[in-house]
Amino acid sequence: MSITPPLEPNEGITDPKATIENTENAIELKEVEGLSQGRIVLRRFLRHRGAMISAIVLLGVVILVTTSIGWGPIPGWWKYGYRETSDIVNAGGAPTMGFENGGFTFGEHPFGQDNIGHDGFALVMRGTQQSLTVMVVIGLLSTTIGVLVGAAAGFFRGRLDDLLMRFTDMIITIPVIMIGAILGVLVGGANPWSLAIALSLVSWTNMARLVRGQFLTLREREFVDAARVAGASNGRIMFKHILPNAVGVIIVNATLLMASAILLETALSYLGFGINSPEVSLGQLINEYQTAFATRPWLFWWPGLFIVTIALCVNFIGDGLRDAFDPRQRRIPTKRALARADARKAKKSQARAAARA
Amino acid sequence: MATSVTTRASGARSAPDAPVTARRSWFRNAAPTLTFLGRRLVSSAIVLLGATFIVYMLLAYSLDPLEELRTSTAPNKEALIAARIQALDLDTPPVIRYFKWLGSLLTGDLGSSWVTGQPVSALLSTAIPSTVQLVAASTFLAIGLGVLVGIVSALRQYTRFDYSVTFMSFVLYSLPSFWVAVLLKLWGAIGFNDFLANPHVPPLWIALLSVISGVLWSSIIGGTTRTRWVSFGAAVVATAGALLFISNTGWLLDPSLGLVGVLALGVGIAFGIVALTAGLQNRRALYASLTTAVIGAALYYPLQYAFVNASWGLMALLAVAALAVGLVVGYLFGGYDRVVSMRAAAVTAIGVGVLLFVDRVMAVWYPYSNASQINGRPIATIGSQTPGLSGDFWVQSLDKFTHLVLPTIALILISFASYTRYSRASLLEVMNQDYIRTARAKGLSERVVTTRHAFRNALIPLATVVPLDIAALFGGAIITERIFSWSGMGALFIKSLGAKDADPIMGYFLVTGTLLVLANIVVDFVYAALDPRIRVNS
Repeated sequence: MSITPPLEPNEGITDPKATIENTENAIELKEVEGLSQGRIVLRRFLRHRGAMISAIVLLGVVILVTTSIGWGPIPGWWKYGYRETSDIVNAGGAPTMGFENGGFTFGEHPFGQDNIGHDGFALVMRGTQQSLTVMVVIGLLSTTIGVLVGAAAGFFRGRLDDLLMRFTDMIITIPVIMIGAILGVLVGGANPWSLAIALSLVSWTNMARLVRGQFLTLREREFVDAARVAGASNGRIMFKHILPNAVGVIIVNATLLMASAILLETALSYLGFGINSPEVSLGQLINEYQTAFATRPWLFWWPGLFIVTIALCVNFIGDGLRDAFDPRQRRIPTKRALARADARKAKKSQARAAARA
Repeated sequence: MATSVTTRASGARSAPDAPVTARRSWFRNAAPTLTFLGRRLVSSAIVLLGATFIVYMLLAYSLDPLEELRTSTAPNKEALIAARIQALDLDTPPVIRYFKWLGSLLTGDLGSSWVTGQPVSALLSTAIPSTVQLVAASTFLAIGLGVLVGIVSALRQYTRFDYSVTFMSFVLYSLPSFWVAVLLKLWGAIGFNDFLANPHVPPLWIALLSVISGVLWSSIIGGTTRTRWVSFGAAVVATAGALLFISNTGWLLDPSLGLVGVLALGVGIAFGIVALTAGLQNRRALYASLTTAVIGAALYYPLQYAFVNASWGLMALLAVAALAVGLVVGYLFGGYDRVVSMRAAAVTAIGVGVLLFVDRVMAVWYPYSNASQINGRPIATIGSQTPGLSGDFWVQSLDKFTHLVLPTIALILISFASYTRYSRASLLEVMNQDYIRTARAKGLSERVVTTRHAFRNALIPLATVVPLDIAALFGGAIITERIFSWSGMGALFIKSLGAKDADPIMGYFLVTGTLLVLANIVVDFVYAALDPRIRVNS
């Protein structure tokens, strides 16, 4: 709540803030009546405007990236490949996209070309594919590792917990970008998959700590005792009973992890310890073309914009998920919702008055 | 941390020796803490040892010092390879080499770079000061600004300002640092330097910036519709006036505050400080601060003589003197509540001192930017100083500032967002506590409730982050250092990794890792000291 002036004693009932709070609770209760936890979360998420816009934008980016130059079995509709060179159209390879003759045109090379005629659009699409691959693989793999380590440590406690947590501390002590760079050198820069797997091996630590904390509290709850009395095995208690209760924390942090993963990958590729030429990634493109910044800024602009867009969307989705999963989170109703609630209340009291009359 | 620190509220176990008797010796009181410290140190040492082992192994398997020799066409290739294997002891298995490294570490030998032959300790001792110089200012500025914006954003929760700050912090979170830094180089340095050639702000920009500042201030100040419009108008007029002045007098080419500027800004600082720390109705504090500001302005000309042979030592001395003047003035004015006046006056004195310093640095701006080495392009993009530039203390300081400004902005942009989010969340949580309601119910003013009761407690969670960030500061900013060609710790790491030089990397990690581990221990103690609900137990 923002600062509210101290309530006047006789003002308690008509105080606008109090009314808001009451209506808000009423709306909240009305909304979630008879819904399962999953439905409530989904509903809250769908209502988070920033997260929804981000999800749509991200989906758009993914569709654009997969279909444009093709990805694996998916055929592409774009005429140039990312390794093809063609004649330079505009002076210096400037983008052909823009307003021409009163209308908007994409032209041959909407994102421009580099000095030997590579198509900028194809390069950026390929780079985004690689960076997205790394992001998703890191997200999935390090979440899995983190959940397993955290669950084991939190559930079994004792010596195993000590051992696993000291190991986690060891990894945390090493700066991520440092160990990432060393691993990048170790696995070589040709393949996004090996880079992603290597980076997952060091980026699970935060998740493990969080999951451990969740497990430590949840394992003391009654439903765990109930399951144990019913004869459930440890594995079943861990993954069927406790894990679903910790899923909110896990999903939210997996999302935020992905956002930092794409930044990590691009930073490493920028430094030359991630994905290297001839393979393309967004950070590698920026690294390759930063010297040409003064003459061919478009080669620098577009990869950067894609990084920012993807990271921003993922961050917003994570924020939306956090709000959706957090039961303490209260939505401030919009003016319209308030007006509707008021109208409902008025109607009800009218009906009551009518009934009494 | 979670294993060793439990909250008293949740930890149902209470120590058997909990009842405190008056006769307890100091040692028995301190014993649990000492045991805790001992255990933490031992476990941290083990963690650090394990981490160095991991890094050493990774380096041993990922770096191949023979790579360039294998592809070389030298006739004595075999002999060269054999010599290098001999020199780097590559025939020994990495595990044994690790213990050898550890053994020489215990004797104080960090090894040396095989590429340049320099000892690692020498490399580190040049890299650390340079990195600290680069990162310290930005870390503290980011903490200060981030907390400030976060607090304002929390106090104005669910307003347009709050939403904009939230959005901005998300954008900043998502910015790749290398991209920002390159953009800053283009716009911040090249663009600004070009602009300096003809420093006229176009009218459209003046209008735009004024409106932006108006919207910003009106949403920060808030209040009724009338207050909003008044603050909007005032901010627009003030910004437009300042910009017109700067644009039409060529102030940017030869900036100075002058006596009038120092006095006006000093009085402004005095009012601001008093409004925040004591409340403007506390006349004694206000008069004390105003007197301090006037004293500072009166010393404007005399100080110019003192500044002739300036050094950092003299600056520190003057700062202490300013502090003393402020305290004395506050003491002389103060009635029954002297400390408040003294504090406000002392802070004002430091503020005015900074103004005087800035004014003196500004005075060398014109000769500096017209020096042959600078040639009218004062904002530097690479390195930490202009080669071949000679000058007194002021010129050197200005040179340092112009080199620091861009990397500092880049680093602030990156780390600022997390502090904002953190302090906002923390203040919001505190403002919902019962004791805040109690404080309001006692009839305390909103200022006292916010600054005395809420703000201080909102800072506690931050105290757990800041030591870690300060420790991370020594690790340098790997990417920023590289882009701005700053030869600090980050550059040392990147250069050694590129040159397949393991020992400097181990030295680098030893410094950062040790500091991080120590910072973790500090965090535990600071947290326990600040929050009585937290208890350290061994």
